Amino acid sequence: MSTQKRTHPLIIAVLSLFSLACLIPFWLVLMISIADEKEVLKHGYSFWPQKFSFVAYQFLAQDAEKILRAYGVSIFVTVVGVVVSLFVTSAMAFSMSRKDFPLRGALSIYILITMLFSGGLLPWYLVYTRFLHVQDTLLALIIPGLIGGFNVIIMRTFFTNSIPPSLIDSAQIDGASEYRTYFSIILPLSLPVLATIGLFITVSYWNDWFTSLVFIQNEKLFSLQYLLNKTLMNASFLQSIANKAYSTTAQVTQPLESIRMAMAMIAIGPLVLVFPFLQKYFVKGLTVGAVKG
Amino acid sequence: MASVEVLEAKASITRSKTRKGKLWKYRSLIILALPGILLMLINNYLPMFGIFLAFKDLNYTEGIWASKWVGLDNFKFLFASNDAWVIIRHTIFYNLAFLIINTVLAILLAILLNEVKNKVMSKFFQSTVILPNFISMVIVGYLVYGFLNPDLGFVNKFIMEPMGWEPVNWYATPEHWPYILTIVNTWKNVGYAAVVYLAAIIGIDQEYYEAAVIDGASRWKQMTNITIPLIAPVIIILTVLAIGRIFNADFGLFYQATMASGMLKSTTDVIDTYVYNALMVTGDTGLASSAGLLQSVVGFILVVSVNLIVRKFSKDNALF
Repeated sequence: MSTQKRTHPLIIAVLSLFSLACLIPFWLVLMISIADEKEVLKHGYSFWPQKFSFVAYQFLAQDAEKILRAYGVSIFVTVVGVVVSLFVTSAMAFSMSRKDFPLRGALSIYILITMLFSGGLLPWYLVYTRFLHVQDTLLALIIPGLIGGFNVIIMRTFFTNSIPPSLIDSAQIDGASEYRTYFSIILPLSLPVLATIGLFITVSYWNDWFTSLVFIQNEKLFSLQYLLNKTLMNASFLQSIANKAYSTTAQVTQPLESIRMAMAMIAIGPLVLVFPFLQKYFVKGLTVGAVKG
Repeated sequence: MASVEVLEAKASITRSKTRKGKLWKYRSLIILALPGILLMLINNYLPMFGIFLAFKDLNYTEGIWASKWVGLDNFKFLFASNDAWVIIRHTIFYNLAFLIINTVLAILLAILLNEVKNKVMSKFFQSTVILPNFISMVIVGYLVYGFLNPDLGFVNKFIMEPMGWEPVNWYATPEHWPYILTIVNTWKNVGYAAVVYLAAIIGIDQEYYEAAVIDGASRWKQMTNITIPLIAPVIIILTVLAIGRIFNADFGLFYQATMASGMLKSTTDVIDTYVYNALMVTGDTGLASSAGLLQSVVGFILVVSVNLIVRKFSKDNALF
């Protein structure tokens, strides 16, 4: 019986190792970002540099415009994307959750097909660039993520299972229109699933770099992730960020390696701060997602 | 008052017997579903019509419609270059390795997590193992670079050098990447899958375990005879989904973790990176469209057949 109460130390040890493995890469990047550049060039990236320096962050603060702009693009795209996406997804799911709705079955098949078959990258690319002409606009970053078949199905399942049809009937006997029913009854009752799906959409918008890679040329529209991608892959792009700051500071050496990693930390920072608060939603959401639609 | 309305409602039902009338009655619901329908049309259906591009020699100046039909030439070219077999093999092998390793490790991790009775500790472990899943692949690229940077990276400086081994130019040495990419993929995805399995395990009725303990079942027996059989539906669904996507590589992983290094192609080029390169870098739309169509068609056939097989054995576990 005692085994039920106390966890075996070996299990704790294995799990601790696992946790450590998940955290340690972040630690490495953090340490590189606050290591003295000369130290880094001499000894390499280490988990505990012998000399600390915050020059990289000072450099980035000197030329904060690029980063702030990228932050702005990412925040705007995420906020607009999530709000619109939640509306579109839940409205479609609401219609489909109504047992008497004649298009119910047809829409299920319509969604299923999108989950099974895709046209591929080239036709997708052409639809956005040759048909909608949204390349190099924020719309190109927003539209692709607005709807996902899986999210619609999760929401439909939630509406079907947790909102009694009699509630909708009585509202409509009292004279509420479908829109009124949807906005004043369904949405307020569905906050848990809206929060969960909303969180997943938020993460996917915030982490998206692929649509920028494909559609965005204009530096002013770089999202945070894409700016990071450029800084990592493109040495001259990193140099250009450093140079701009260099012209206004008296520093002699440019801490390129630290600057690179400091940018990564600036991008990770907010996530790590909000993560503990959001974690319970993630876990709840995974449970929802694990249940078949 | 109310009864009058009910009568009216009944009358309106009889009036709308015809299909058209029925749809008119539900116009508000149709309007609510419309934005979603239209977005899927743009995002998913319009590109599907674009599959005919695989049979054309796409010429932007002439326009998509006016471009010449070339029959199977694009496919002939793709297979003649030997690229096709290489990228297909890579895509399948990587995905199979990811699938097997992730499933086994995630189930083990979930069972271990379920053993932790201390609430604070359990929450801490869950949070940390799931954290990698919520960072972008770009950041993952940075983390990998921190370890593998040829001149300064941790592995070369603090493992290879002290051990007296030659430092490795990781981003130019293709043979190590099957392992590196597998490790990175596991690191990023196993925690998420584990929490999904954990949710399934928590849902198991405790009475099964109590009965098993009375019968004298060891913890190992409990795991193999209760836990795993009871979460089998979740395992099957996730596996079916993964097999359906076996022709779709995780583009982010193969692009960001390798830093898009051309020198690694011989072991890291998968269909997705190949299509991306053909389209965005070399501008070879013929290769991009034929490889893309191949991917879509084979992927579709795979999902449908795997689903069919699962349906044969247990109808409830099938996806559709």
